[in-house]
Amino acid sequence: MNLSAAEIYQAIVVPTLIVGGVGLAFGLLLAWSSLAFAVKVDQRILQVKAVLPGVNCGACGQSGCESFAEAVVAGSAKINGCPVGGEGVARKVAQVLGQEITNTASFVARVACGGLAGCTRQKFTYEGIKSCTAASGLHNGPKACSFGCLGFGDCVAVCPFNAIVIVDGVAKIYEDNCKSCEKCVAVCPKKLIGMVPRGKNHLVNCRSTQKGPVVKRNCDTGCIGCTKCVKVCPASAISFANNLAKIDPLLCTNCGECVRACPTNTIVDVTAPVVLRKSLA
Amino acid sequence: MMANIVQQIVITLLTAILVENLVLSKFLGMCPFLGVTQKTSTAAGMGLAVTFVVVVTAGLAWILNYTLLVPNHMEYLQTMTYILIIAALVQFVETVVRKFIPPLYKALGIYLPLITTNCAVLGVPLLNTAKNYDLLMSLVYSFGAGAGFTLALILFSGVRERMDKADIPATLRGIPSALFAATLVSMSFFGFQGLFAS
Repeated sequence: MNLSAAEIYQAIVVPTLIVGGVGLAFGLLLAWSSLAFAVKVDQRILQVKAVLPGVNCGACGQSGCESFAEAVVAGSAKINGCPVGGEGVARKVAQVLGQEITNTASFVARVACGGLAGCTRQKFTYEGIKSCTAASGLHNGPKACSFGCLGFGDCVAVCPFNAIVIVDGVAKIYEDNCKSCEKCVAVCPKKLIGMVPRGKNHLVNCRSTQKGPVVKRNCDTGCIGCTKCVKVCPASAISFANNLAKIDPLLCTNCGECVRACPTNTIVDVTAPVVLRKSLA
Repeated sequence: MMANIVQQIVITLLTAILVENLVLSKFLGMCPFLGVTQKTSTAAGMGLAVTFVVVVTAGLAWILNYTLLVPNHMEYLQTMTYILIIAALVQFVETVVRKFIPPLYKALGIYLPLITTNCAVLGVPLLNTAKNYDLLMSLVYSFGAGAGFTLALILFSGVRERMDKADIPATLRGIPSALFAATLVSMSFFGFQGLFAS
């Protein structure tokens, strides 16, 4: 192909100039705008953000990791305020800000209901929306005990760490996966999930405040208010109010006396495999 | 004369919004249509951002096309220059919004830069050129296209918010059922075909 100089000019030089020129013009515009409209960001915010887990779960109470970083640098959030990152992240954040860490107790979520299928009676058959919140709106849910876990898994759906599964109709938390973000605590319509310090293994597996005979009629493993655990506890860690035993995790020594004393198997050792009933065990 | 222009503007607007809806009859911008329609609030935010970018892009594209490309007989460079305009413009808008309207910047988040790769934004200036619109009509048509895009996203996000509550077989949950719903919404928009004699 023989092209004249004019044709080469028209086919190669002009389009290159046009596209290159347009590109250059926009490039200069962007360079100017990035200088003219620059937003000053505190370098420490970026550094703090870099050491955070970055899942934007909102467990710290902020809208995401970036807002948490801003709040920490501004001093309105605690250095160890990220429950997901725990101690490791808290130490790194403290390093960035050159501050000391105060109090890093690690918590874990626990479901207080032992009403597995077969343990708790049913009031009616529920065929509505598969959600605890919806089900609890209909006569407090299909379970005879109005305090029990409904097992539709609102907590499973909300957990960002796959730490919850439904076993036999009751939510079970895998503590290794739990990052204590407390999302499940907020979503449970029965308020069954509470935060307990890690390493305290004994749990009153019931939240029913009804009287003993009523509990017994509805469920095989509810707290009937016999107060045996209160009497047997050597550390006086168990109190009794509203027909329900309560373990103070700060006083509990993990001795296991209450588990052995409980006639309905309401108090359980969460590290032990799930046992249905004493009579079945 | 004046009444004639007003009539033309109204017809162009309605055509862009209903008859030639970007998403539902031209099948442009399917990615955000399926991607950001889980919630009505984000769908509306995305729609407004796209509308803004589309209108400004169309104006700039028209000016560049008729001052640089057409006099030099370089119409084959249209796609390339339009992409340049879009990329630069989105970046510019992001910088400006970040500086002057931080709440909007936070609300739009990643959707703002993602507009760069939205084929609807490239499609509108190309359509304007193909239709030989003048500057005013280009702006009117792009505004209509953006409004139609927003309308489609908001309508569809409403449908999807309802579907979240429905008991759908496990295999069809999520995107598959969304595609079925998109088909139905799209078919309903085909009712507008032939609204105006073109």
